[in-house]
Amino acid sequence: MVVAGVDVGSVAAKSVVFDTAQNKVLAGTAIPTGWNSAEAGKQALSIVCQTAQIPMESLAAVVGTGYGRVSLPFVTKSVTEITCHARGATWLFPETGIVMDIGGQDSKVISLGPQGEVQDFIMNDKCAAGTGRFLQVLSGILDMPLEELGKAAMDGKPVSISSMCAVFAETEIVGLLATGTSPQDIAAGVYLSIVKRTCALAKRIAPHGEWTFSGGLAMSPAFCHLLSQELGAPVNVAPEPQLMGALGAALVASTLIKKQRR
Amino acid sequence: MKCASYEAIGTAFEQNVLRLNEAKAAGKKVVGQFCLYTPSEISLAAGAIPVSLCGTKNDSIPAAEEFLPRALCPLIKSSFGFGVKDSCAYLAASDLVVADTTCDGKKKMYELFDFKPLFMLQLPQIQDDDALAYWRKQFQKLVEHLEKTFNVTITEEKLKQAIRLMNRERLALKAVMDLAQRKPSPITGQEMVEIYFKTSFFPDKEVGIKMLQNLAGELGAMDIKTGTGKESAPRILITGVPIGVGSHKVVKLVEECGGAVVCLDNCSGYKKTRMLVDENAEPLSALAERYLQVPCAVMSPNPFRYDAITEMVKDFSVDAVLDLTWQGCQTYAVESSSLKKYVQNSLKLPFLQIETDYSETDTEQLKVRIEAFLEML
Repeated sequence: MVVAGVDVGSVAAKSVVFDTAQNKVLAGTAIPTGWNSAEAGKQALSIVCQTAQIPMESLAAVVGTGYGRVSLPFVTKSVTEITCHARGATWLFPETGIVMDIGGQDSKVISLGPQGEVQDFIMNDKCAAGTGRFLQVLSGILDMPLEELGKAAMDGKPVSISSMCAVFAETEIVGLLATGTSPQDIAAGVYLSIVKRTCALAKRIAPHGEWTFSGGLAMSPAFCHLLSQELGAPVNVAPEPQLMGALGAALVASTLIKKQRR
Repeated sequence: MKCASYEAIGTAFEQNVLRLNEAKAAGKKVVGQFCLYTPSEISLAAGAIPVSLCGTKNDSIPAAEEFLPRALCPLIKSSFGFGVKDSCAYLAASDLVVADTTCDGKKKMYELFDFKPLFMLQLPQIQDDDALAYWRKQFQKLVEHLEKTFNVTITEEKLKQAIRLMNRERLALKAVMDLAQRKPSPITGQEMVEIYFKTSFFPDKEVGIKMLQNLAGELGAMDIKTGTGKESAPRILITGVPIGVGSHKVVKLVEECGGAVVCLDNCSGYKKTRMLVDENAEPLSALAERYLQVPCAVMSPNPFRYDAITEMVKDFSVDAVLDLTWQGCQTYAVESSSLKKYVQNSLKLPFLQIETDYSETDTEQLKVRIEAFLEML
């Protein structure tokens, strides 16, 4: 049987099709969410169905997740991204104890039990300072695409960014530029500040098992390197970390079918 | 809930301000109060009507923010805003407001609270014998103040009568809330909030008691259908800051996401009704003892909160504990970390802290947390 997961986030809509018999991902994609989250979710799903050459109607179940989960009319069920990231992480890295996910507008740390079940989780506050949105802001100010930011951050010597708020940090960065601080040092400073915030969140959960890092920010090797350094431990990163939520949603869908069959 | 005695509470509530003003016209004095540490019994013994004052609505907050810091707790801002706007009928009817130095935010707000004459009770923040003796003296001062202001004599007998009356009110409210111990519960968390909130404004305590007793009788006799799916809803205990109508959004979200709020450990709920005042002891000492034991996070240490939660988790077959903190409420925010440890390690239950204010702006963020929490169960 083939199932799918759709994860509509604030920045990107992701979808994964999964074959339950082969226990294998058939296709995955991520596209910009734009202003219409329902449409973006549908489009992402139709792209993966085309790639996998599976007609959408033949999907046995579709599970929706992410902030847009409530606006998807075609899903069998909607589940929060916390549960989905936990499922995705356990499937890819069975020894995972703690999942860290940094998305476009929030970051979360999820503690897993022995069976991969969610035991506890912490999310950041009503604030974008520790999230991908902060990097988008930085990319705008420095006029540097996201890929280049990572390289710049590795080259720079981190300046301290004290603002706990993305909006105030922007003011602070403008000030630093005015005093002649190099973009590399600023990029390094911002990366480090996000890493430190994420680790502060993560350290509120007692360490156990392996660390797995997911979400759009995990696509940046520079960021993963800094995170692992700050934690003092290796960090698992999936080949396509942005798809972790959609993968988890597809896995939840496969469980739904198994339950129905019983 | 389709239930005649529940409707009756709503109807009576609409007439409430009218009844209060009638009583005032007939010569009764009105004492407004904000906090559970304020003893209603002393006002009753002075022949006055104790009423709760408004402070659970978001509408009054912008007016308060002209004077108070934005980052302050919404309960304090809302209470003050009702004064600024003169939009609380109960405050307008009050001859005197009795307030407590409960927390830093409240006590400094009261320094600006010049809408009515104010009597401040200096609340100690530890529950030992020294504090108890001090707290009894505070109650003695309140007695003297009311005697002078209202030109009455507060006798021991009148205090004892008031104690018996308030104990009956506590028991009547507790009997309604205890119905939620059943599986499935015949009453939702949102209904409980509405009931305890509305009955706290009734000028005639006897009317409120009768209505609560009728409700407990009617609901208790109802045949709650099993098999409606309701008995499988995760049973949630909400502890922490005060919740009233207008500030009940988290209760509503939990129930919309499929949870059943079965126990409200807050100032209008079980913090109010779990303990009775000793009817046989010397009245002021008995009152001081009972009120000082209220397990608010301003107390340091605050052992009774843990005892209460342990007991209620058992009585209500609770599946998970949600700790609600208002933005800017430092005492509850800090205490949440040790409560979390206690609930997860000793009670072996999932725990979620939510920090928010009265506004609707974070509804989606809260939904993710609450839904994920319920998915864990």
